[in-house]
Amino acid sequence: MSLPETLTQRLHAAAGAEEPQWLAGKRREGAAQFEAQGFPTRREEAWKYTDMSRLSGIEFGQATDSELDQALFEALRLDIDACRLVFVDGVFSSTWSDIDHLPEGLSVAPLSQALTSDQGSVSEQFGHLTGISFSPFAALNTALSNEGAVISIGKGKAVEKPVYLLFISRNRAEPVMSHPRILVRCEPESEATVIEHYVGEQGAANLTNAVTEIDMAPASRLSHYKLQEASQSEYHVASIQVDQRRDTNFTSHNLNLGGALVRNDLISDLNDENATVDLLGLFFGQERQHIDNHTKVNHNAPRTYSNENYKGILDGRARGVFNGRVYIKRDAQQVLGYQNNANLLLSDRAEIDTKPELEIYADDVQCSHGTTTGQLDENAIFALRARGIDEQMARGLLTLAFANEVMERIRHGVLTDRVERAVAGKLPDRFNLESLVEDTSL
Amino acid sequence: MATEAMEQLARREYKQGFITDIESDTVPPGLDESTIAFISQKKGEPQWMLDWRLEAYHQWLKMTSPSWAHLDYPPIDYQAISYFSAPKKPEDRPQSLDEVDPKLLETYEKLGIPLHERAALAGVAVDAVFDSVSVTTTFREKLAEAGVIFCSISEAIREYPELVRQYLGTVVPPGDNYFAALNSAVFTDGSFVYIPEGVTCPMELSTYFRINAANTGQFERTLIVCDKRAQVSYLEGCTAPQRDENQLHAAVVELVALEDAYIKYSTVQNWYPGDEDGKGGIYNFVTKRGDCRGDRSRISWTQVETGSAITWKYPSCLLRGNESKGEFYSVAVTNGRQQADTGTKMIHIGKNTSSTIVSKGIAAGKSNQSYRGLVKVSPRATGSRNFTQCDSLLIGDKCGAHTFPYQEIGNSRSTIEHEATTSKIGDDQLFYCKSRGISEEDAVSMIVNGFCKDVFQELPMEFAVEAEALLSVTLEGSVG
Repeated sequence: MSLPETLTQRLHAAAGAEEPQWLAGKRREGAAQFEAQGFPTRREEAWKYTDMSRLSGIEFGQATDSELDQALFEALRLDIDACRLVFVDGVFSSTWSDIDHLPEGLSVAPLSQALTSDQGSVSEQFGHLTGISFSPFAALNTALSNEGAVISIGKGKAVEKPVYLLFISRNRAEPVMSHPRILVRCEPESEATVIEHYVGEQGAANLTNAVTEIDMAPASRLSHYKLQEASQSEYHVASIQVDQRRDTNFTSHNLNLGGALVRNDLISDLNDENATVDLLGLFFGQERQHIDNHTKVNHNAPRTYSNENYKGILDGRARGVFNGRVYIKRDAQQVLGYQNNANLLLSDRAEIDTKPELEIYADDVQCSHGTTTGQLDENAIFALRARGIDEQMARGLLTLAFANEVMERIRHGVLTDRVERAVAGKLPDRFNLESLVEDTSL
Repeated sequence: MATEAMEQLARREYKQGFITDIESDTVPPGLDESTIAFISQKKGEPQWMLDWRLEAYHQWLKMTSPSWAHLDYPPIDYQAISYFSAPKKPEDRPQSLDEVDPKLLETYEKLGIPLHERAALAGVAVDAVFDSVSVTTTFREKLAEAGVIFCSISEAIREYPELVRQYLGTVVPPGDNYFAALNSAVFTDGSFVYIPEGVTCPMELSTYFRINAANTGQFERTLIVCDKRAQVSYLEGCTAPQRDENQLHAAVVELVALEDAYIKYSTVQNWYPGDEDGKGGIYNFVTKRGDCRGDRSRISWTQVETGSAITWKYPSCLLRGNESKGEFYSVAVTNGRQQADTGTKMIHIGKNTSSTIVSKGIAAGKSNQSYRGLVKVSPRATGSRNFTQCDSLLIGDKCGAHTFPYQEIGNSRSTIEHEATTSKIGDDQLFYCKSRGISEEDAVSMIVNGFCKDVFQELPMEFAVEAEALLSVTLEGSVG
C-alpha cells in the first residue's frame, strides 16, 4: 500500500530541512528507508500477528500547539514529585513542565532545545542504538522526530527524584502523529528512575511513535517505567534499546493498559560482564484492543544475567502478542537467562499469540523459558465463594492477584496505586476495589 | 479456461518427452513435464494420477524455496537431479564387504548389526539378502488374514485406485509447500497402508520388511489410513547409517485417522550426515502430517533424528475430531556440521482436543539445531489442552541450540503450557560418574540417554535399544 500524500511530502521536507549536517544526513537515510519499507505488513515475520498497514490509510496531521487546560492536565497526570516534561501531541509544553529545580547531577532538557545547542552530546546519541534498521517505525522517527527528552545522570550521582515524561494525546478534529525521541545517558555509578507516561483524552486517535535510547556506563542503575494508558482508539508504537556495560542494572516496567493498536519493541544489549536486566511486563486488553510486545535480550558477554516476566490479561475481542527472544552469543559463557510469559484469557473471543524464543551459541549457560495460557482456576474461585465472596468478586480478586506479580515490583507508591486502580477498573462492574479496600481496613 | 489450456499444453509436451525416453531406465537430469510423464508411465499409473502430478508440478513452478528456517545451505539446482533411476544392477554394486568403506563397517560393528544384515545395508549384491523371503511370506499371510493392505504406493495406485484417490493429498495438498509440491510431482516410492474398520494390525509394520523396500526412494510418499476403531504402529527407517547417492530427499507422509482410530508412527533417521566439513551429506526436507479426522482419534509421532546434513521436518497433527489427541516425541542429535530445524504443529480444531509435545535436542561439534513448533487453538476448540516441553543440551562451545515455539490461542477455555530449557551436561554429574570408574565418554552417553528417556520410552522396544546405541555413536568424539 502506498503512503499517504501528506506523509511522503513531510518525509521529503524533513530530508531537505536546514539542520546540522549530522542530523540532516540521518533524516535523509531515515526517510529513504521508511519510504522503501512503508508501514510493516503481516508478511514480515516480526509483524506476523500485528498488521500496521492500516496506518497507510490514515492521513495524520502534525500538531503545532501544546494547548492544554488545567483540568485535563490534572486529570491525566500522575501526582508525583518529579522533574517533569510535558508534551501535548508531541509538542513541548513549557507551561506544564517543571524542570526548574533539578537535583544535582541530573540534566533534563527537551530535545528541541538540546538539538539547537547540541547539549549533552545529542549528535553522538541520536540514533546510535535505535538506528533506522531497527524497524520502519524507528526509521520514520529518525526522519521526523523534532521533540522529546534528553536526560543525563552525572557520574556517581544517585538521583532520588524520578524524571517524569508525560505524553498527552488530544482528541482533535483530525488525527496527528508525533515522534518523540528520548535519549538517556547514565554516567558511571549513577542511579535514577525514568517514567514515560502516555495518556490521552477520550477518543484521541493519534499515532505516537516513540523511540528511547538508553546508554548505561559501567556500574550504573536505571529503573525505567513505561505506563501506556492511551485512549482505546490511539495508535501507539515504542522502540526502546538499552546499551548495558559492565555491572549495570536495568529494570524495565512495561505496563500497557490502553491503546487500540499497540506495539512495543524492547531490546537490551548486555555488552559486558555482570550486566543484569530485569524485564517486567503487564498488558490488559479489552474490546478490540491489540497489544503486541516484542522483547529481545542479547547476551553479548559472559556472566550476564536476564530475567523476564510478562503477564497478559485479555478480555472481549482483544488480541495480545508476546515475542520474547533470548540470544546468547558464541563464547558468552556462564549466562543465566530466564523468561516467563503467562496469559489469562477472560473471553472466548480473545486471542493470544505468544512465541518465547531461545537462540543459544554457548554451552555453559542456563536458560529456560515458560509460557502458559489459560483461565482462572475454578477451584480457587470455589474456595473464595465458599467463604462468602460472590463469583464476580472472586474472579476480580484472582485476576488482580494474577497481575500483582508484576505490579508489586513497581517501586513508586503513586504509580502502583494508579496501575492497580486501572487494572481494577477494567474488571467487571460489580468488582469494586474501593469497597474492598474499606472492607480490609476494618 | 487458462488452467484448461495449460493442462492441454502439458499433455502435449509430455507425449514427446516420453517417446524419446521410454526405452531407457533412467531419465537424464532435469525436471519438466516429460520427466513426470516418464515416471508415471514407468509406474503404470492411470491418467488421473498423471494429471495430479502435473498439477502439483505447475504449482511448484510458481513457488519459491522457503527461507525462514534457521538453516544455511547453498541453493539446490533442481535441474541437476535425476528424478528416476532404476535399481542398480548387481554387477554395479560392491561384490563383497571388502569393497565397502571400512568406516561404515566400523559403525555397523558398534551398533551391533548382525553380519548378514551389514552386507544388505552396505548395498552388497547378495542373492538372498537375509532370510527375508520366508519372513516376508508369513508376514503377508498374517496381514491378509486381518484384511490389512500394506504395499508400495505404486502398487496401491494400480491395485486400490479408489482408496488412494480418496485420501491422497487430503492431508498434505500438492501445493502445501515447496517440497511437498515437488514430491507430489515426482514421487517414485513409498508405502500405502489401509487398516479396515475395527482391526488392530496384528504386527508392527515396518518399511524394513516391505517388499521392494531395498531401494528406498529419494522422493518417498507414504499414506496410512486407519479406519474407524482401527489401530496400527508403523516404523520407518532403521538405525544403521545408510549411504545414498541422492543428496536431496523430499518425502511426504500423510496419516488419516478416522473415529477412534490410533496411528503410531515411529521414525529413526540416520542418513549420511556428510564428512567433518559437512560435505556430501543428505538434505532431508520432509513434510509429515497426520489428520485426526474422526472423534476420539489419536496420532502419535515419535522420531529419532541423528542423520542428514540438513533436516527440515515438522511432523504435525490436525486435531479435527472432538476429543482427538496428538502426540510428538522427538530426539534430535546433531554433530559435526549438521543442521536441524525440526519440530511440530498441533492444530486444535475439534472440542476437548489434547496434544503433548516432548522435544529433546542435543547439539555437539559445530552443529546447529532448532526446535520450531506451532500450537494453534481455534476459537471453536474449547476445552483443549497442550503441554509442551523442549529441552536442549549443548556439548561443546561451537554449537548452537535454538527454540522458536509459536502459540496462537483463540479461546479462554483451553489450557496451554510450554516449557523450555537449555543447558550443558553438569560438571558435577560428570565428576560423579568418573569418580565411580565410568569413562567420560560413557558418562556422557549415559547422561544423554537419561535426558532422552521420555522419548525413547515411546519407541517400540527393539527400536529403543538401537536408538540408545545410535546416540552414543553419533556423539562420538564430541567430548574432550
